[in-house]
Parts: sequence; C-alpha cells; structure tokens
Amino acid sequence: MKAGKEGRWENDGFSYAKRWGERLKAGGLDEKKRTRGASSAFSAIVKKELADYLTSWRMIILIALILLTCFGSLYTAMTTIRDALDSSDEAKEIAKGAYLFLKLFTVSDGTLPSFVTFVGFLGPLLGIALGFDAINSERNRGTLSRLMAQPIPRDYVINGKFVAALMLNAVLFLSLGLLVTALGILVLGIPPTFEEFSRIVCFLLLCLVYIAFWLNLGILFSVLFRQAATSALSALAVWLFFNLFYAMVVEVFAKSFLQPDAITSVEQAVSHQELVLGLMRLSPSYLFNESTTALLSPDVRTLGIVTVEQTAGAVAAPLPFSQSVLLIWPQATALIAATLICFAIAYWLFMRQEIRASG
Amino acid sequence: MAAPAVIELNNLCKTYGDHRAVDHLSLSILKGEIFGLLGPNGAGKTTTILMMLGLTEPTSGSVRVCGIDPVRNPIDVKRKVGYLPDDVGFYHHMTGLENLLYTAALNGIPRAEAEKRAWELLEQVNLTEAAHKKAGKYSRGMRQRLGLADVLMKRPDVIILDEPTLGIDPEGVRELLRLIRDLSRNEGITVLLSSHQLHHVQQICDRVGLFVNGKLLAEGNMERLAQQLFLQDSYVIHVAASPLDASLRAKIEAIPGVNKVEQTENELDVYCQTDVSAAISKTIIESHASLFHLSRRHFGLDEIYHRYFEGRDAR
Repeated sequence: MKAGKEGRWENDGFSYAKRWGERLKAGGLDEKKRTRGASSAFSAIVKKELADYLTSWRMIILIALILLTCFGSLYTAMTTIRDALDSSDEAKEIAKGAYLFLKLFTVSDGTLPSFVTFVGFLGPLLGIALGFDAINSERNRGTLSRLMAQPIPRDYVINGKFVAALMLNAVLFLSLGLLVTALGILVLGIPPTFEEFSRIVCFLLLCLVYIAFWLNLGILFSVLFRQAATSALSALAVWLFFNLFYAMVVEVFAKSFLQPDAITSVEQAVSHQELVLGLMRLSPSYLFNESTTALLSPDVRTLGIVTVEQTAGAVAAPLPFSQSVLLIWPQATALIAATLICFAIAYWLFMRQEIRASG
Repeated sequence: MAAPAVIELNNLCKTYGDHRAVDHLSLSILKGEIFGLLGPNGAGKTTTILMMLGLTEPTSGSVRVCGIDPVRNPIDVKRKVGYLPDDVGFYHHMTGLENLLYTAALNGIPRAEAEKRAWELLEQVNLTEAAHKKAGKYSRGMRQRLGLADVLMKRPDVIILDEPTLGIDPEGVRELLRLIRDLSRNEGITVLLSSHQLHHVQQICDRVGLFVNGKLLAEGNMERLAQQLFLQDSYVIHVAASPLDASLRAKIEAIPGVNKVEQTENELDVYCQTDVSAAISKTIIESHASLFHLSRRHFGLDEIYHRYFEGRDAR
C-alpha cells in the first residue's frame, strides 16, 4: 500500500515537471500582458492581507503588547544607564568607547527583562499569530476554492500571505528599533556611532529572520492542519519546547548519557562540551540568542568554548563589527536556512493539496 | 447546425487510492446551453468540476474548456470560466461590495470599471441594499446570490455552479434559478450546474446528465433521459373516472401499448410505452363512465431518480 502510494507520488512528480515544461512553452507569447495582470493581482492579495492584519484584533493586541513591554524594558535600561552616567564625568568618556548605546537593548535592572529578551520571547508569538491560520481559515470559510477559481497562480495565495506578514514585521521592527535609537539619543544625549548603528540594523534584520522562521512554521501548520486551533496550539507547543524545554532536555541528555564523571582528559571534556553545544544549536531560539548576544555585546569574542591557553595571548578589547558578523555568520545562515526550509515545505504541501470547498 | 462544444470531456478518469471517483466520463456541453449534472452526494460531481478548472489533475482522459486544456493552462481557463463552489464563502469582515472588488482586482480589472460592474451585478442579483453590509451577516440565500455576482465579475463565457440551490428557501431557489436562466438566455453564457435536488435542475436545464458512482448513466433532455433509463413505461397517464370497475380496468389494460395499471379507489395510473391518452379517454366514455381527470404525468427527475434506484443499491 505504502509503496504504491510512493510510486504514485513519483509519477506525479514526473508529470508535474513535464507539464511545467509545457506550460512554460505555451506561455511564451503573451507573457508580457499576463505578467502585468498577474503582478497587479499579487499586489491586490498582499494589500488585502496587510489590511486584514492591521485591522484584526489579534494583531492590534499583540502589537500593543510588544510596544508596551519594549518601552517598559527600554525605560528601565535608560534609567540604569543614566544613573551610571550621572555618577561621574569620567563615566561619560568611558561610555563612548564601551558601546553604551547597545546597552539600551541588553541592560536590565532586574525588574524587567531586557529589550532583546522581550523580542526573543514575543517575536515568535507574533510570527505564529500571523501565520497559524493563513491557509486553513481560508479553507474553512470556503474562500479558498473561490480564490482558486480566479485566474491567479496557486502560489500567489501563500506567497502573498507570507509577503504581507513579513512586510508588517519589517515595518514594525524597523520602526521600533529606530524609535528606540531616537529615544536613546534624546534621553542619554549620546549619539550612536556608525558601528553601533550598523549593529542595531543587523540585530533588527536578525529579529526579522527569526520571526519569519516562526511565521513560516505557523504557515506550515496552517497548511497541515485543517483546524486553526490545532495549528495554533501545535505551533505554540513547538515554540514552548524550544524556548523552555529544549535546554533542559539537552542537559538531561548530557548528564545521563554522556557521563561527565568519566571524563579524564581535556580533549574529552572539550569534545563533550562541543557535542552539547552542537545539540543546543539545533534550537532556533538558541541560535537567535547566540547571534544577538554577539551582535549587541562586542565584548563577546567567541561563541564556542575556549581553553585558558587560547585566551592567554588575546587582547581584552571589543571585536570590530565585521568580526562580530563573522562570528555569527553560521548562526545567521542556519536561521535563514531553517526559515526557508519551513516555507519550502509549506509551499510544496500547499501546491499539492486538493482544493475542495468542503472536506 | 448545433453550437460548438464549450466543454468537452473525453474518457475522463480520476482515482483516489483504490476509489474511482470519476470513471471514463465523456460529455460535451454546447455553447449557450444549461446543463445539469445530477447525482447523489459523492457521485463525483465536484471532482469532475475541479478537473474542468484544472484544480485537480485527471488520472487519465482529457478535458477541454473553451478549447483550452485546463491541465496545461489552468489560468487561461479560469479567465473564461466562473466557478461558484458549494458552500461559497466570503471574507466576513469585508462588505459584499468589497468582496466583489477584491475578485475584480484578482482578475486585473481596473478599479473604476470594477466598481461600475459590481454595482450593476449587485442590482442584478438584488443585493443593492446589502452592498455595504458585512458579508459575514449575509444569509445563506444572499451569500449564494453574491456568489453569482462574484462569478460574473470577470464576464465569463462559462459558469459552473456546484449545488447552487443547497440550503436556500424555496422562494430564494426560484429567484436564483430565474437569474441563472436569464443569464444564459440574455448573455449567451453556458451554464453547468450540479445538484442532487432534481426538481430544481429540471426547471431550468436544457439537458441533464445523470451521474452515479463516477459514471454517466444517461444524458439528454427529460424525455430522452426517461427513455434511456426505462425502455418501457416511458409514460404514465393518470386517470380519475367513476365508476371504475374491474371491466373498465380490463378494457384499459387491453389497450395496445399499456404495460401496467395501478388502481387507487377511483384513480388509475397507467404505465405505457406510447402516449395512449386518447385511447383511454375513448374507452372510458364508451363504457359510460364519467371521466373526471386525465393527465399525462411528466416524468420529474425525482421520479426518474426514484425509479432508477428502486430495487437496487443506490450507493
């Protein structure tokens, strides 16, 4: 039975490719006219989705929550930094060299978590909220088959939703980041250096990629599950798992299976630690945390383990921007790859799915 | 000469696993015609429609709609064909008018033109007052009418309606069917509608195809359908006369062409191969009985359907 099914799929894949070739050949003639009409249809979808997001209560509440928490954490960071600055004039001079501006995003006085923590925590939630009912709500409302009967390629629907959600995120986070920067200048009276500014922009882009990952996971679940509630809960479960439990699971695994007591040499200890780190890095939230740390704290010189011998000759100075970027390059690539893989699976499943008004 | 075929299905098959949803279906629908695809739930009507639109790929066989192959050029087909799915849905938070305008945008119709067309269509389907009402507040009948307007936004050559009358009250059904007929007659639109509600289909269809378990059992207009399905007993004549005794009944049974007579008090149902109304009335008058009523019962689809499935496994 299973073999038969697979055989059919293979067959389908082949005929798909063949038909695509034929479609391409057939479509050569009035391609220009067609693409113009099609692009206006695509922008119509994006516009409508964007309008839907902006007017839905779900989004309004989430965005309000994010704004509130971010400004709350910003306020505590600002008061902490200002107190430190006011204590002496010398502090001001030191501050200029110490990437004080970036501290706005990372410092907290203990009452409220820092801006980075909040974004890392609420960003996924926003992504999931944007994506979890993208396809199945259309299906359940019976609008999907109506949409499919219009002269638009099928992937416009899923692409349009993704683009709209990503645009909303981009606008939200870029404006949030720039607002924080502007407020920082106003309150602290210290302008950010170009390097600090580039680090902030990079950080925001990274946030965007991270949220896009959760968005795509939401979209994937919305294609997989017919019920919006199921897809929302499963996406939230994945999010909780990676945010809270994954580290614990890895720790338990490291303790019980890798037997730290049996380690006798340095090499063993290093390889043990590297394995644990490698496992941790399977979690997108860990990747995000690592890379934001490296980006916003230039003092972080490495994300792996270093032995005492290796640090012996090192100069204790912050890394330049380009080196920090180099440091997080693998993490950023992995995050982007995870995002793309999620989207690719969702896209593939959606393109193959039967469009039926009911059932 | 007959109009050219707009929809042509040739040996169309679709299998899901072991289940054969559509089985060697061949059918051609002519331009300007209203064709009713009739069959019980799960007969493969929706699957057939989806294949016509290129939303599902046939396992084997070919489809041509307006001369285009929907498997290869689904978008070109969808430019010419309007499809109203069963249980059509609209975006709840948008008004009826906004929903229509969105469809227009997806079809690449410029905004000004789209607005003009939307208002025309809303007037046509009698929803002008509800134009600014949220689609989520529409009743089922209103939604179905808005669906019809939505389908017509792109000025289609063909419209395919999947169970358009499902769940609407009788008055709504009549109105919808009148609308569909007017569209077909006045604008020359070819209409394919599927239904399991036979008397609805019967009212407006030029031709009907009876579709069961993926197979087309019979097609044609009502009379031909009856002849195809029941080689004998194509006519039923209903007679009310008094006194209706055994001798009269025997005389009627003796009329050539009569196959069977069923009696209920003073009424008779005469099943016959040809129309023998004249002979029956003559027999009654000549036996000095009074004839109160004589009518040829038209074969409703209900009748056809019921009699077809009578005594056999419908599913």
